[in-house]
Amino acid sequence: MIRTENVFKSFGEAEILKGISTEFYSGQTNLIIGRSGAGKTVLLKLLVGLLSPTSGKIWYNDVDFCNLNKRDLRAIRMKVGMLFQASALFDSMTVEENIRFPLDMFTNMTKKEKLDRVNYCLERVSLEGVNSKFPSETSGGMQKRVGIARAIVLDPEYLFCDEPNSGLDPKTSIVIDELIRSITEEKQITTVINTHDMNSVMEIGDNIILLHQGEIAWRGNKTEVLESENQILRNFIFASPFLQRLRDTALEK
Amino acid sequence: MGISKFLYHFGRYVLMMRTAFSRPEKLSMYYRETLRQMNDIGIGSLIIVGLIAVFIGAVTAVQFAYQLEGSFVPRYYIGYIVRDSTIIELAPTISCLVLAGKVGSNIAAEIGGMRQKEHIDAMEIMGVNTAAYLVMPKVIAALFVIPMLVALAAFISIIGGYLASVPTGLMSDAEYVLGVRSFFEQRNITMMFVKSLVFAFILTTVSCYQGYYVKGGSIELGKASTNAVVFSDILILLADYLIAIILT
Repeated sequence: MIRTENVFKSFGEAEILKGISTEFYSGQTNLIIGRSGAGKTVLLKLLVGLLSPTSGKIWYNDVDFCNLNKRDLRAIRMKVGMLFQASALFDSMTVEENIRFPLDMFTNMTKKEKLDRVNYCLERVSLEGVNSKFPSETSGGMQKRVGIARAIVLDPEYLFCDEPNSGLDPKTSIVIDELIRSITEEKQITTVINTHDMNSVMEIGDNIILLHQGEIAWRGNKTEVLESENQILRNFIFASPFLQRLRDTALEK
Repeated sequence: MGISKFLYHFGRYVLMMRTAFSRPEKLSMYYRETLRQMNDIGIGSLIIVGLIAVFIGAVTAVQFAYQLEGSFVPRYYIGYIVRDSTIIELAPTISCLVLAGKVGSNIAAEIGGMRQKEHIDAMEIMGVNTAAYLVMPKVIAALFVIPMLVALAAFISIIGGYLASVPTGLMSDAEYVLGVRSFFEQRNITMMFVKSLVFAFILTTVSCYQGYYVKGGSIELGKASTNAVVFSDILILLADYLIAIILT
């Protein structure tokens, strides 16, 4: 579980996050949603330690993540996997080398063991046989899946996904969402997803927080989204008249 | 304003270097990366360095032949002047200025591109010390390979001087060889290697710094690449002057 405690983050005069206190549970897909500029990416970067909070604390279980020495920080990071918005696969490496990179860097596994692990991860994301392809030779959806395979190769306890569905068609988005949810449930990891995708909200939102102007405007889960009368949430999720009508129909049923 | 900006960059550069030379996570990965960089910097720069070295030697020989024409200075001095000027100054300085353009801009663009594509963030989250993994192998590779390139450049320059003066009739083969073998001082070779080591360190670390802290888009990446070359060149020339004062 990850817990944030009154987290503030400013860049110069601009206050991006204003006292975020929340919890991200293990075995659940935790979603951070909100409009562009709401502070979602900043919060995600704080959670993975790419940024430091101006004030407040972040806890990984009982460990104060913001006050770790380098060795302990590295130990925590070994338990973290992250899927980036643009996948962040290393262009000069093949799919296999990309996934193997954390194994090469941090384990003493034999070549055979590494290959088996890479193949297991590729199988897990339904991408068998693409080992020797370069990222540029694969589609956007495949790159996301390779990104997931790389993120899970060290068996992480925490999985972070920054806009996992951006740039993907609805069908592929569903595949990616399903994949993330099944991995989360199977490994009982703490998954935090930063998303705009309404389908993700309604399908895999076990624990959702809505950020609005740097503050948590709403929290709940996918079933509570439909019934919520929170105006900020309704304006965000059911932004178009079409979606509004869908919501009304669903509620009538 | 200027001084505070300089101090800010200098401080950040020192901090990056301190992180860059910390204990590697896995020696074999760093070793492999160092070999890759040696190939990129060394083998990849052989042709350009060799080509420039030939012309440096040739032009030096022709120019001095012109200067000494009609004087009482013996012609074999041309060989001596070509040898010493290339060893002391032209081979290390010109080669490293060229390498700052070729290798430095490449390093800044490579690391800067990785920063922009979130590759560095991805490595950080995995637990990799990115400053060490991206900077240390490049610096070590350059410290090994650039002195070799400079030594080769000096050798090729002397051959270039020969080609420009002997076949064209400026002097005889025996005169040129006599000149090259006259008044040899071993400390000039030491100075050449000291210069090449210092210049190699400057051009790689400055370029890594420019790339590592790049922000923004392609325009900023272009600027970082240009800054890598410009600042490396300025610092190489400054270091050249200081080494000349200290070692002569």
